[in-house]
Amino acid sequence: MPNTADWLTQLAGAPLPGRSQEEWRFTGLAALEALAPELWSGVDPFAQLSLPAGISCIGADQAQGLQQQVLKATGGSDAWSVRLNQGASPRCLALRVAGAADPLQLHFDAGAEPGLRALQLVLVLEEGASLELLIQHGSSGPNATSLVAVAQLGRGAELNLGLLAPGDARASLLSHLSITQAPASSLQLTTAVGGWALSRLEPCISQLEGAAHTQLRALQLVDGQELADTHSQVRFEGPDGQLDQLHKVVADGAGRSVFNGAVRVPRSAQQTNAAQLSRSLLLSDRARVDTKPELEIVADDVKCAHGATISRLQQNELFYLQSRGIGAEQASRLLLRGYCEEVLRELPAAAAALNPLTLLLREHP
Amino acid sequence: MIRPDAPVLLEVSDLHARVEEQPILKGVNLTIRAGEIHAVMGRNGSGKSTLSKVLAGHPAYTVTAGSVSYMGSDLLELAPEQRSRLGLFLGFQYPVEIPGVSNLEFLRVSTNARRAQRGEEELDTFAFEDLVRERLKVVQMDPAFLDRSVNEGFSGGEKKRNEILQMALLEPLVAILDETDSGLDIDALRIVADGVNQLAGPENATLLITHYQRLLDLITPDFVHVMAAGRILRTGGKELALELERTGYEWVDQELASLGREPAEVL
Repeated sequence: MPNTADWLTQLAGAPLPGRSQEEWRFTGLAALEALAPELWSGVDPFAQLSLPAGISCIGADQAQGLQQQVLKATGGSDAWSVRLNQGASPRCLALRVAGAADPLQLHFDAGAEPGLRALQLVLVLEEGASLELLIQHGSSGPNATSLVAVAQLGRGAELNLGLLAPGDARASLLSHLSITQAPASSLQLTTAVGGWALSRLEPCISQLEGAAHTQLRALQLVDGQELADTHSQVRFEGPDGQLDQLHKVVADGAGRSVFNGAVRVPRSAQQTNAAQLSRSLLLSDRARVDTKPELEIVADDVKCAHGATISRLQQNELFYLQSRGIGAEQASRLLLRGYCEEVLRELPAAAAALNPLTLLLREHP
Repeated sequence: MIRPDAPVLLEVSDLHARVEEQPILKGVNLTIRAGEIHAVMGRNGSGKSTLSKVLAGHPAYTVTAGSVSYMGSDLLELAPEQRSRLGLFLGFQYPVEIPGVSNLEFLRVSTNARRAQRGEEELDTFAFEDLVRERLKVVQMDPAFLDRSVNEGFSGGEKKRNEILQMALLEPLVAILDETDSGLDIDALRIVADGVNQLAGPENATLLITHYQRLLDLITPDFVHVMAAGRILRTGGKELALELERTGYEWVDQELASLGREPAEVL
């Protein structure tokens, strides 16, 4: 068997990123290197998919072209996670949405099978189309899932995309999400990730001519020795764009959370209105949170707000609940649930039936 | 209602407490019997709010001397949640906003904790909805507030009504209302006071902490206590509050001076 690091290097056609690279400074890949160097051999998740009305398949060649086009626009082409995915014999699902489609749910459970699994999703929302899509990831073994999802939103299109990913302490998740938005389109992206040895999310959004609306909501939970990383990037390539971003973290045990939120506002993007807030809840002395806004603003007539807080559970909130007969432990749990709920309630409606909070907090219902 | 033979619910004896290194309470004595309504008045910094928080068990305050007996047991030995379950209620001056926690769920968990303590059956979601809808009437509150997060985005008046709603659900034996009148307009004040009056009865007692006579125009106290420099300086009937309204607190400084304390200490 080859060495896993060498094998991954070969698949990606590039060496494993190291701590000397800014993009990976806090994110070690030990969990990936611990994988067996083989491709995952479970069931193709796209094999028996029935598509709701309003959604049709796109041919493989066209899908490749679309993928490249979107990745080029968002700058995702060079990402190591994308290169790895492309080199690992990915399964691809490519869909076109016209009009108001019924909600779609995709479940990618890697199960206990070992190895690396690569999946690709290409979505085209035509002018005025709308879609609510919930992607659910899962694992119960020593494997890694690499997802590269790209979406192209036409003028006035609306995409409500949710990614719900409760993981396994032996498994890794690399998820690159590149999305381009035409004017008057609306993107609502909600991600909720927890329990992975390593998770890395890369939402890369580009408002091609500005004048679109982007809402990002994220929740990432780490405990034990887990590491969760989100590197988001939003680019405004024209005026009047809007961004509303909230990134929340719960860090417990010796877990480690990384957030890097890039917002790029070039000279052409006047009247951009962007707000980014990062909130981290630190529940243990051994947990670690690295959070960094990265605002690159050249236009001079814009509103770009950002903020970051790292705190423990608020004593005044705890006392208020206790003073109403709620024990300290239950009060902490209620507060924690409330903290997470602010993000989870934004997931597509189908998520509610899955009890996302219970899945992510690993509580017994 | 004063009945000398009514059982004592709360007995505070020579209570001293500090926050961080700062002594605030310096020997408070107070006896509250069933059926009574007490008002504690005083300037800012006199220790009124501290007294309420110490009684409810706020972790930021340390009791350094004295004792508090509640229904015959040592109150200071109990965790804040146990105090609530046993029927001690604190209406907060600044009710806390808790985003993401549903008000209805919060009220249900809280009510059930008290019910379990009294040996009553816990209420499921449906039974609780019936109960809460009935109790909403006490404070004329819109049911829409049940579906929101605890106090989140509530106006000052709505928060105070939510406090009295909790009181109506928990049916406390001793309710301490810390400046429940602050930040209320006259209509909201009337609704809140009316709620408190509906809930007061011969079996329970109320301790109002307030700056102003205007609350006491609506809720008639049996006893009025004036606090200064961390102690109760004088106790009287409802006429004492009216006297304060006329004369202000200057006599407090003189009385403290005669006791050998500097007025500065009041603050």
